[in-house]
Amino acid sequence: MSENPTSLSEEDVRHVARLARLTLSDDEVGRFTEQLRGVLDLAADLEALNLDGIEPTAHPSELSNVLRTDEVVASLNQDAVFAAAPKIIDHRFSVPKIVGDAP
Amino acid sequence: MSALRTAQDVADGERSASEVVAESFRAIDQRDAEIHAFLTLQREQALGEAEALDVRITNGENVGPLAGVPIGIKDNMCQIGEVTSCASRILEGWRPPYDATVITKLKAAGAIAVGKTNMDEFAMGSSTENSAFGVTRNPHDPEKVPGGSSGGSAAAVAASMVPLSLGSDTGGSIRQPAALCGVVGVKPTYGLVSRYGLVAFASSLDQIGPFANNVEDAALLLEVIAGHDPKDSTSLNQPAPSLVAHLDHGVRGLRIGICSDLLQGASDDVATAVAQAAAVLQGAGAELSEISIPELGLGLSAYYLIAPAEASSNLARYDGVRYGLRVDGDDVTAMNTRSRTAGFGDEVKRRIMLGTYALSAGYYDAYYGQAQRARTLIIQAFAKAYGSVDLILGATTPTTAFGIGEKSGDPLAMYQSDICTIPTNLAGHPALSVPFGKGVDQMPIGVQLLGPTLSEQRLFQAARVIEQGAPA
Repeated sequence: MSENPTSLSEEDVRHVARLARLTLSDDEVGRFTEQLRGVLDLAADLEALNLDGIEPTAHPSELSNVLRTDEVVASLNQDAVFAAAPKIIDHRFSVPKIVGDAP
Repeated sequence: MSALRTAQDVADGERSASEVVAESFRAIDQRDAEIHAFLTLQREQALGEAEALDVRITNGENVGPLAGVPIGIKDNMCQIGEVTSCASRILEGWRPPYDATVITKLKAAGAIAVGKTNMDEFAMGSSTENSAFGVTRNPHDPEKVPGGSSGGSAAAVAASMVPLSLGSDTGGSIRQPAALCGVVGVKPTYGLVSRYGLVAFASSLDQIGPFANNVEDAALLLEVIAGHDPKDSTSLNQPAPSLVAHLDHGVRGLRIGICSDLLQGASDDVATAVAQAAAVLQGAGAELSEISIPELGLGLSAYYLIAPAEASSNLARYDGVRYGLRVDGDDVTAMNTRSRTAGFGDEVKRRIMLGTYALSAGYYDAYYGQAQRARTLIIQAFAKAYGSVDLILGATTPTTAFGIGEKSGDPLAMYQSDICTIPTNLAGHPALSVPFGKGVDQMPIGVQLLGPTLSEQRLFQAARVIEQGAPA
């Protein structure tokens, strides 16, 4: 194992919250930091193990590409899909502006 | 109320499906104000389907092995036009445009969905207290939790509102509530039941399975929902197993290991129940032995890194764009962030952040990578054990049902209640929980049987023996 994880800081929690698109209040940062540290401490037994040479398992079954014959089949009804969307304009999902103004 | 007998009576014209379904709604009306097993009911839809079924039966049609049997569906399985919220504000009111494969199979078998059952938000929890829409109470004592995350499905069967329900099991979410509510709960082999239309939590661990009042009904329901599905690329290329026809083959000569690592931390009454269940199996001709698989002790920590890592990726789809809650913002990132912050509850946020951290640069190998290697160790250890035993016996949960509010403030204490069920999911194996007597608190105890990949037939045979030898 190459890294030695240090104890999770409040700054780490703010960082992962940002990555995960979540906003936390200061109270929440304190509470979540303590709780997440607890879970990571639980993982100390894993950190202590020498698992060099053990292959990681990502999935319980032998996965390989699954192909099907190239036939046209029905897909979801477009109107039914748009009916569940929070905001649509003219058969498109509508979102706030993504591209900024020219600098 | 036996599902099998109900289906036979309906098919034979002894009872009408309409009458059976109406009776189920009467039971729900009588008890669910207190228990809160259901988030939504499909009264008109269900009664309409029952009437249509009765017409077909009158016309001499064979309407399937679950003719007219009412069933509860965990609220993380998609059903056309019916709210599928995952007990989350972010999917509140969402009506899927398609049916999960299990729903399609249930309809084809003549079963009638009566409603969607309560759960921990996105199946993250062990008590159903993480639902955004209120807790479910244990029918054996309303001050106790029903377990989770499929607590509503377990409670609905335990309170005789429905004879059958579906749950999903990622780390014990079928078996643990089954044990705490005194019903049968089965986590099938990974890939035996299609996950198409099951809202994803941790894709390499999630599996749909049955709840029932008895082993035979659970076997019948699993036969109906199992089988290869081209819409789920992880579904096994296997036919549905034949379970009901082989139920009474007994356990003579079967080698069953009592696993000490699945009894660690178990209370005295739970440990006694497991010992008594072992004696029942031995009395029926099984060869019992004591085994130890110390690697299973790594399961909890490996699971609480792997499952959140997969969840953080799966739940990235809730962005306020295509479906679910949107809270407007000035730019798209602000809109995403506000929607997610308002839509997810605390436990879901905790797991998303934990998973994001475990997958982030600099920590990936130390946490996620190490957990994946521990997963390999657990799989290898199980394989070794199954070289000398056919099935493994242990506790389903360390204790009987705990009190509402008792662990909800302490995530780590809550996670410990999954300690006996998690290793099965990491290995992709099947396991089930069978009721076996009551604890000193008069709450139900469940014992757990585990087997290797696709050993369902054997598991159900042993479960049947335990059921018949369980204290009344």
